[in-house]
Amino acid sequence: MSEQWLGLITGIFFGALLQQGRVLRFEKQVGAMLLKDMTIMKFMMSAILVGMVGVYLAVALGLAQLSPKATQLGANVVGGLLFGLGWAVMGFCPGTSVGALAEGRWHAIFAILGMVAGAALYAEAYPHLEKNLLVLGSLGKITLPGVLGMSAWPIIPVLGLIFILLFMYFEKKGV
Amino acid sequence: MGKRINWRPYIAGALVGVLATLSVIVSTKVLGKTQFLGASTTFVRAAGFIEQTVDPEHVKNNPYFLKEKVKVDWQFMLIVGIFMGALAASVIDGSFKFEAVPPVWRERFGDSVGVRAVGAFLGGIVAMFGARLADGCPSGHGLSGLMQLSVSGFVSLACFFGAGVLTAALVYRRKGGAR
Repeated sequence: MSEQWLGLITGIFFGALLQQGRVLRFEKQVGAMLLKDMTIMKFMMSAILVGMVGVYLAVALGLAQLSPKATQLGANVVGGLLFGLGWAVMGFCPGTSVGALAEGRWHAIFAILGMVAGAALYAEAYPHLEKNLLVLGSLGKITLPGVLGMSAWPIIPVLGLIFILLFMYFEKKGV
Repeated sequence: MGKRINWRPYIAGALVGVLATLSVIVSTKVLGKTQFLGASTTFVRAAGFIEQTVDPEHVKNNPYFLKEKVKVDWQFMLIVGIFMGALAASVIDGSFKFEAVPPVWRERFGDSVGVRAVGAFLGGIVAMFGARLADGCPSGHGLSGLMQLSVSGFVSLACFFGAGVLTAALVYRRKGGAR
């Protein structure tokens, strides 16, 4: 099977699950940022909880390789903050915008057009950032187990427990 | 926990964890290359395809387009699939609904589709510039990054939400006082 077909099939399942989790909607995205509706946090943290066990098991069994993105503190922080700023106004993230359009929230088309324009702008800015902001605080492709000098297996249950305690807190607060 | 818990986001989320696991295993086996869920690089490629129709030389010489490669790859089709999957799921369960202006936006900025369009467009520009600078979005850094316990994932996701919470508090606060 080609990578395109595999991507398409994976995407169909991903899109259906994003839609069924009700995380595509503007209200859910902005609701989390207003700390009033934690649906997207519950969804993301559940995915991470299961996925981190699954991914590290797959790697341990030699069925997959990790592919962590490089840590570049300057770019991660400045870019991350800019993303958050735009995200709150747009009310969608890149992956959910196309799904929101698909479930009829057609104002997502303006967000998608804006994001294509933003990507084009970044391509022009990239040569100017390559040698300064993008190398600031560059630490390579590091992971928590690597930094702490231990295996992932003691870390995963601790993180899992933190997530579950947060779930209980959200449900208690009714958000 | 007096009232009933809505399990929907937990179940759908956990299934995305299963999907991500299957996806890394199957992509490694079939393609010889492990694929993790992500979205924002596709917007770079879409921009590249559009620019190519106007000025192919410019795209060919831009270092960022060279780095990310303007092509229809696994992730590009993943995004096409998200559209198809969300369309099918929303039509099947009847939650498909045309919406021009979301309620939370309307409460603060009114009914105007134009104002919403400008907000979404400008927000999109800033968000995508940031996502490319940070090298990921809530899918790539958030889901895939944290599943791999990647330090860049934790740092980026904290910044996404930190700035999002601050901005939302400023933007959606009702005129003339508390929200």
